[in-house]
Amino acid sequence: MSRFKPAAHTYTRTTTGWWRKNPYFTRYMAREGSAVFLSMYALVLLAGLNSLSRGEASYNAWRASLATPLAIVFHIVALAAITYHSITWFQVMPKTAPRLPFNAKMLTAGGLAAAAGCSAIILGALLWATR
Amino acid sequence: MGHALKRSGEPPFWALFGAGGMLSALIGPVLIFTTGIAVPLGLLPARTMSYAHVLAFAQNPLGKTAIFAVIALFLFHGCHRMVHSLHDVGIRTGPTARMVFYGAAIFGTFVAMALLVRIGF
Amino acid sequence: MTAPRQAKRTIEIECLRYNPETDGAPRHQAYQVPFDDDMSVLEGLQYIKDHIDGSLTFRWSCRMAICGSCGMMVNGEPVLSCHIFLRDYYPKKISVAPLEHFPIMRDLVIDQSDFLNKLDAVKPYLIPKHETPLAAGTNVQTPRQMEEYYQYSECINCLLCYAACPQYGLDPEFTGPAALALLHRYNADSRDQGFAARSDVVNAEHGVWGCTLVGYCSEVCPKNVDPAHAINQNKVTSTLDYFGLRKLLAPKGSSL
Repeated sequence: MSRFKPAAHTYTRTTTGWWRKNPYFTRYMAREGSAVFLSMYALVLLAGLNSLSRGEASYNAWRASLATPLAIVFHIVALAAITYHSITWFQVMPKTAPRLPFNAKMLTAGGLAAAAGCSAIILGALLWATR
Repeated sequence: MGHALKRSGEPPFWALFGAGGMLSALIGPVLIFTTGIAVPLGLLPARTMSYAHVLAFAQNPLGKTAIFAVIALFLFHGCHRMVHSLHDVGIRTGPTARMVFYGAAIFGTFVAMALLVRIGF
Repeated sequence: MTAPRQAKRTIEIECLRYNPETDGAPRHQAYQVPFDDDMSVLEGLQYIKDHIDGSLTFRWSCRMAICGSCGMMVNGEPVLSCHIFLRDYYPKKISVAPLEHFPIMRDLVIDQSDFLNKLDAVKPYLIPKHETPLAAGTNVQTPRQMEEYYQYSECINCLLCYAACPQYGLDPEFTGPAALALLHRYNADSRDQGFAARSDVVNAEHGVWGCTLVGYCSEVCPKNVDPAHAINQNKVTSTLDYFGLRKLLAPKGSSL
């Protein structure tokens, strides 16, 4: 449908580097970039699963690789990235929900509380299971 | 407009992206902290990730489901976001790019499934 | 007895200039504008046009953030120029440019035709199931039913959200924030039965699926329409529709 024709002799600007020009956009790209680290972590787990399937020696070799400085640094960066993902995820979650009868910020707070709760439960379960 | 607009194929991938995003938002940080920092550095006892414990977890039906869900959904979430990020930085992402990224997620999912079967009960 | 006149300060306003008849590309031109605390950026531009350079071209009308005419980029942010004050930028200089992501017609004036076509495409009017005669009386709507869509009806078509949206910048085929918010405004209106008529636009790649929830559109909207919410609610609806489950999650008061 083109009831309105474009004007003649207009100038179209480029969008190159758009995300560097506004801190809001840079934060958005960081949020999206967290997916790289999440994918890499999933591959780390997949590698671990593979090692696990090959027996104890192979699995322990995978564990040893996790203790190397490179691995530790990767996981620290990945933790920062996924934490940023988690916070921003619950911040934008109200936008995907229908109109709520309460303040959207409560949904965000609830989500973050759920994440904290799940973390506590998992850590607790691990400590209890390996006591 | 003379022609009908074609329906986008995004919904199933967006749904998987959403599931992976929710799961990783809830337990991603604690998983990375535990497996990648706390246990390797000794903040949690080493036996938390001992072969015996992890094998028992992976041989348990619920454990299998958990491991499968984490790997598969994290991969689908990551690949969906990454292909869109390529578009954001100006790289054209047509059907080929989508096939590569979602294909990688599907492949990873099948590998995880096969390994979990191999690990047995 | 009047209060003593404040001595006028001067602020530098740099404008992007473009004359399609003489310029190959846009250029910058800076002006020194005397101002006081009451002056909006729009009034600064009007001062330039009235006293310094009559050729400076820009749109404006109401001077009170309701007509949507005076949208432009000020220091890289999409704003209504009548809605922001020179005093808040002083002593730094102000850089004024036409709204991002639209072709420049002249100086600070952009070509809106693409948006107007997008607006046509979303069928921004009530579509009843059956035509009812005038004698049947007016439509009836409860306050609760009006709440479902009222926020989205506040849109003044100022296009700040399009200037804010990187996805529209990367691909102008994207229907865009305001058009999709207005689409939702009608879908959510209990008097409307046009959901099916608009679903092609919603479900298309350039419909709601062109949005990656950057969210900046809702940040810059001067009327708090929250287009990001309008669009992303409909990702759920579109997904259910994809799987043939649309009826499970009908917006309250709408027809599905």
